[in-house]
Parts: sequence; structure tokens; C-alpha cells
Amino acid sequence: MLMPALDAAVVGRRDELAAELRRILPHDSVLTGEDERRPYESDGLTAYRQLPLLVALPETTAQVSAILKVCAAFGAKVVPRGAGTSLSGGALPLGDGVLLGLAKLNRILDIDYPNRCVVAQPGVANLSITRAVEGRGFYYAPDPSSQVVCSIGGNVAENAGGVHCLKYGMTTNNLLGLEAVLMSGEVIRIGGKHLDAGGYDILGVLTGSEGLLAVITEVTVRILCKPETARALLIGFASVEAAGACVANTIAAGIIPGGMELMDRPAIHAAEAFTHAGYPLDAEAILIVELDGPAAEAEELSLRVADIAAAVGATSVRASASDEERLKFWKGRKAAFPAVGRIAPDYYCMDGTIPRRKLPQVLTRIGELSKHYGLGVANVFHAGDGNLHPLILYDANQPGELDRAEAFGADILRECVAVGGVLTGEHGVGVEKRDLMPEMFTAVDLAQQQRLKCAFDAEGALNPGKVFPTLHRCAEMGRVHVHRGETRFPDVPRF
Amino acid sequence: MLRPTTTPELQEAITGAWADATTLEVRAGGSKEALGRDAPAAQSLDLTALSGIVDYDPAELVLTARAATPLAVVRAALAERNQHLAFEPPDYAALLDSTRAPTLGGTLAANLSGPRRLSAGAARDHFLGLSAVSGHGELFKSGGRVVKNVTGYDLSKLLAGSFGTLAVLSEVTVKVMPAPEETCTVLVHDQTAAQAVSWMTRLTATPIDASGLAYLPLPACGRSKVHAVRASGGAVTALRLEGIGASVSARLQALRDGWLADAGHGYETTVVDADDSRVLWNEITDCHLLSGHGVVWKLSVPPARGADVAARLTAVLDCEVLLDWAGGLVWAVVRGDAAQEALVRGTLRDCGGHATLIRASAAERRRCPVFEPLAPSVAALSRRIKGAFDPGGILNPGRMFA
Repeated sequence: MLMPALDAAVVGRRDELAAELRRILPHDSVLTGEDERRPYESDGLTAYRQLPLLVALPETTAQVSAILKVCAAFGAKVVPRGAGTSLSGGALPLGDGVLLGLAKLNRILDIDYPNRCVVAQPGVANLSITRAVEGRGFYYAPDPSSQVVCSIGGNVAENAGGVHCLKYGMTTNNLLGLEAVLMSGEVIRIGGKHLDAGGYDILGVLTGSEGLLAVITEVTVRILCKPETARALLIGFASVEAAGACVANTIAAGIIPGGMELMDRPAIHAAEAFTHAGYPLDAEAILIVELDGPAAEAEELSLRVADIAAAVGATSVRASASDEERLKFWKGRKAAFPAVGRIAPDYYCMDGTIPRRKLPQVLTRIGELSKHYGLGVANVFHAGDGNLHPLILYDANQPGELDRAEAFGADILRECVAVGGVLTGEHGVGVEKRDLMPEMFTAVDLAQQQRLKCAFDAEGALNPGKVFPTLHRCAEMGRVHVHRGETRFPDVPRF
Repeated sequence: MLRPTTTPELQEAITGAWADATTLEVRAGGSKEALGRDAPAAQSLDLTALSGIVDYDPAELVLTARAATPLAVVRAALAERNQHLAFEPPDYAALLDSTRAPTLGGTLAANLSGPRRLSAGAARDHFLGLSAVSGHGELFKSGGRVVKNVTGYDLSKLLAGSFGTLAVLSEVTVKVMPAPEETCTVLVHDQTAAQAVSWMTRLTATPIDASGLAYLPLPACGRSKVHAVRASGGAVTALRLEGIGASVSARLQALRDGWLADAGHGYETTVVDADDSRVLWNEITDCHLLSGHGVVWKLSVPPARGADVAARLTAVLDCEVLLDWAGGLVWAVVRGDAAQEALVRGTLRDCGGHATLIRASAAERRRCPVFEPLAPSVAALSRRIKGAFDPGGILNPGRMFA
């Protein structure tokens, strides 16, 4: 993976930079030793590792602002990091950049039940928000599978999703306000406890900007009252096509389940061996469909979905009789990634979204690619919103297997785009899918996104090397006129 | 007037204007031409011909249409498949004294949502993807035609509510949802605004899952076509339930069993059926219950503060109010021609939120800020964002900020 050229001048002034940062932070909140920096060398995408130049661990917004000013003055790059669970390398450090760890900003600042919101610092874990309000019957809806550890600030940066997105939205649909610091050190506050901040939707564009536009220092999220009941159906099918038809027919019948997850045969077997959730091992595919709301609604809708499933030839249908059983159905799905981790030394998790009707076609193609690359694959799928997670099985200790797994993954994502889908549904572009961006966007599309980047960070110092395959200097962007998909600077380095 | 009929023609028109430094007034249906700062441009860019649904697949829950497709056309296509735009797009034509029909692109460009904003999100939350032409005359796209996507910056959000000042939408993709099978509305009579907001706040802490919670004081009630509202003789608090029949009846029963009693002793309640319910919420969505005379402000506030802000408004101004979004949206109609900006925005002090001037004379919309003034750092960033999309400042210059 090519990253921006190392800035020797900044690397040479490392001690000086550390000394400046120690004027802002306590001595031991600036990590310089190799052993201290080692834990930060990668995030959830562990195939990539890089020791950061320095690690800075602020505890206040004022410190974040001061650090960014110092880095800007040094011309040093900055990589923000929440809990480091990104699956796309969004927090991969730079050898000439300061790794800005936000984990110490970890307090919930305000729980406002009348206005149904929580104000939290960015290092607060996603699940901690729900834990803080569940006693009063509330919860925070987006639930990425890493929710025990992933931070709310990182969720904002990545626009994190989860299994309940179709009905309850992603992070962006559950935010009310943000405080963020620009690379210049300027602190901006957007929104608050009311809906729809006035002016341009800066909150909307910061969400999912993968740490390239600003550093998030405070988040106001909307909390919801927990549904009265939830009921889950565990449905087995003799083919993936039948499961896909069940999903399409459910939505066409006007039913939006709280969650609707599909697993294929390899994923079912791995999950069942690991969790004993009671999955039918003779099925080619299973669906877990969760209906929530008032008891009468969950009851009625689960009957309707069971009828739809029967009509497309489901081989088994089980409805959860208790909350315990419902959680058991989910247990296998939620543990699908580690379960797959037990059947292969390594796995590589992909994250494309496709129009749901293309599912059989895409799964067939994934099967062909699996043979072509000689690597196994297990599929789990947020079927309700078309978000596919193929898990490519490989062994990093076998020479060439990682490269093959990556090539396989890239081919899957190309297929997703070819059928009208997108490169990433919830994990972000990061470094992982950076070089695939031209599969989906023209040079003109990418140039417009980079001009926006320049409005926030004219020097390109914030998290460079992520999202965009080509780096333009902002002064150049003003002049770049993209003609018929070709930029006038074809020789600008791609990294 | 420029009147492109295809996306290449749109691109040509903007490229030409960018080369000549000609400012453009961007308009689709023209129903909201009186919304925003009054800042005339040299030439009108009329998008009316960029109309029509491009792709609609009900099972995928997405619809793609050219930007100037009338909302009515979109609604009719969705209704055939029992689907709808869940954010309940309003039609402000009557409010703004226009005879023109709103379009899908115009609704998104203004980020306008109705009462269901409370439970279903805003227009921007349903805006999945776009093609647009920037002020450089470049055609770019963002987002996609799937409901879940984080590839690249979310420019749909940025363009929603940008009033055509950043780029001109040519094609948009929105998320659509199943329309509710059943609906009804519970009316609670004679609450004060403070009592109503307090009750609505308590309800949002229950699983009642109302898709509309509004407080209609007397003058507003009198303008309703729904008899139970018009003849109420006092204020009405309206609570809408939507969903499958079993769910609506179960929640109605739960209300009767407890949560209605929680409204306080002695309040009369009425339940209105699906037809009347639709009429009433359309009236609230399209602002038909507001007085036809006077200056109209829309204030977005922390919901529990809604009654408070309404009380401050009526204490300092000769005005009538109406509350939506469980108290989070305060409509104020100020009698007379003067916008009274300082007094209106003054009510938000120590409270948070923002106020937008929705109806006022062109002179008032030149004189005072229509949109909430921004903090200096955010204003400077917004100017840089404008420059990143429209460096020549040719698209709707001054429509949002001077």
C-alpha cells in the first residue's frame, strides 16, 4: 500500500515537535518510545502496520485545538483515532504524522431525557451510551458489531451502521450536534439539541468523512425509547435465491423489520459450531428477521413474514418464544466473524452494498471468484439494506495468500459497483478501498470531493493517504479543470 | 431565461454563465421563489424541463428522478405501490402565496420536512444520491442508488438545504418507505402550550411511537376542515398513530389505559378516523392552519423548550403560534409587515436552536437575515465550502447569506 512520501523535514524535527506537544499535554500523554507507540501501529485492518511518528493523547477540546495548531505550524500530518476498530484502515498511522488518540476524552457530559439526547465526548464507547440510559427505557440505535469498544467519535467519522440500520438509520440519521476542531485549531459547533442545524449541513458532511475534514471532540446523539417487544424468526432455505426472494417480498409487502440478516452455508456452519445457536445445518441459507414494536404488531408481522417465507419454499421457520431464544438466534450472527476466524487462520471482511435483487447474481460471482483464487468464503449479509459482508478465508503465513485475498476482495467490490451498488456500506473507504474509488467515481466526482476537503484542510494535513487515490495540492485544485474524465495533471503522484 | 432540457444542456448553460460571470437564479417549480433572502440574479435558470421519474423499484425502496419532477408525480407513482416519502414533504405554495407546484429537487434543496420529521427523519435523511452541476460547470455525482452507503463524502447532506447555492441538482435518488396501512389521530382538548409540551415530552419516553405530535391553539384550530378540530372551541393537542391495524389499535388502547389519563384530569379527548387524520396532518404539513396574513417564522428548538419559546414569543410580539415535532418546531405568525428579527431570535437566547424567516416581503428578506446568522468560524467555513463548489459565486448568490 503506497502512502504519501515521508516528510524528512518533519521526521528530523521529531524531538522538537514532541517538546512542543509536551507544553500542551502532560509528559506521559505524548508517547515517543517505540514500545509505547507500538499498540497504535494498526487498527482493525491488521494487514497494515505503521509506527506513528508520535502519539498525542489529549483530554480536552482546548488541548486538541492547541495540538493541531502546533502540528500545522510544523507542517506535520495528523491521524485521528478513536478506539482503533476501523476495518478499512481509517486510523492507520503515518511515519511522519502525529497519531491523535481521543480515548481519554471519555466522559458522558449530559443526559437530557426531556429532549431525548445524550452529549458525549468522542472516546465514549457506543454501547456505553445505551448502558447509561437503558434504565429509563431508552437506547442509542446504531449498533455496529464492535459496539462494546468502538467509540462514538469514530462512529461519527465512519458513519457507522449495524444490524438495525434499515429501520433506525445509520449514525448520520441519529446525530443532533457536533463540536469539531479544524486543522487550523479553530473549534466549530454545529447543531445542538434541536433538529436540522441551520446553514449548510456541515454536521452531515463531517459524518462519514473518515477523519479527513476535522477532529470530532463532542457528539450529541438522539436516543430512542426502546420498542415494547421484539420477536425474531429463524428461517431456513434450500437456496440463497429463495432467501433473497423472501427478503424482497417482505419489503414489497410493506414490512420494514428491525433487523433482517442472511447467512450462507459456510457462515451457518461456522457460527453453529462456535455458538450452538440452533441453526439448521441442512439449510443453504438462513434469515434472521426481527420484528419490533407493540406486542400485537410484532406478533402480527411475524405471522406475515412466516407466510411469505413459506410461500417461497422455506425449509424451516422458528419464531422466538422468549427474549432468551431471540438473543440465542442473534448470538450466532453476532459471533459470525470470530466464528469464521476459527475455521481459517485469517479472514478478510468485505463490505459492499448492492441492490438486493442482485444478490443471487453476486453470490454466484463470489463463488466463481472463490474457485478462481482458491480461497474459501463465507457470506453474512445485512439483507434488509443490501449490505454484503463476504469473509474471505486465507492464511497470512502462506506466501501470496494475503495478496490473493486482497485481489479477490477487490474483484467482489468491482462486481458490487458493476451491478449498481457501492464500494462500502458501513466500514468506510480508508486505505483499504482507496484505490478502488475510480471504479465508482470519475475524476470529476473525486475532484469535487477534494475541493471540499480543501475548504476544511487546505494543506491536506489531516489523515492523508485515506479515501482518495490521488493527492492534489489545494492550490492546484482551483485550477484543475477535468476534461472528459482526464485531469490536466496525469503525472501527479498516485500513492 | 435559460431553459435546459437535458443534463448536457444544463452543464452548457452553467459553463457559459461561469465563463461570462453571469449570476443565475436557479429554479425548478418556482413554488419557493419567495423563500430565502431576496437577492436577484442576472439570469433565470429554469429547470422545469428536467422532469420525470428515471427509475423506481419498490422492492429496493429507492426512486431516482430528474430534479424538477413535481412532487405530485412522485407521490402518485409511490401511492400505486403503497409507498411514500416518509419525511412528509410540505407544499408551502399556499403559505407563500404561490400557484406553482413544488418539485422533488426543490424540496431536497430546501431540506423541507413535515410532521413526521419527528419519527422518520428529515428530507436530508432520505436523500441517497445525486448528479449535479457545480458552479465550475462540471457534472459530478455523489452517493448511490442503495440505502446504505458510506463511499466518499456525503454530498447529498451538504446539498440538502443549500438552496441551490452550491450546485444545481440534475438527478436525485431518494429512499422511499412503505406507506402506513392504518392511521388515526387522538385529539386532547384545552391544554395550555406548557401542559401540551409536558405531556408530549412524557409520551416520547414511552413506546407509543407517535408519528406526529402537534399543539394547535385556537385560531389555528378554527381554520381546519376537520370538524372535530374546527369545532373544538379551544386548543387541540394532536397525536398521530400509524402502522398496521393491530399496532394502531394496540397503541390506542394503551393510550386509553394510561397515557391519556397522564394528560391530566378532565381533559376531553376525541379520536378521529383515517380520512380526517390525513386531512388534518396535511393541513399541518402545508401550513394551512396558519394565518394568511403576517410574517411567518419557523423556529427549531430543543423540544422540551417549545412551550417556553412560544410563551416568550407571545409575550414580546403580537403573534400566533403553532407547535409541531413534539414541541421542537415552533411556527410563529407575527402580525404586520415587519419581521421583528431581533425580538424573534431573542427568544432563542439561552435555549439553543435557530429561526428561519419563511414568509415576509422582499424588502424584509433583503433587510434582515432569513437564515440564522452563523458563528464567525462556521460562517468562514461555509464561505470556503461555497467557494469549493461555486468559485465564481454565480449560483443563487446571496440566497442564503449576504
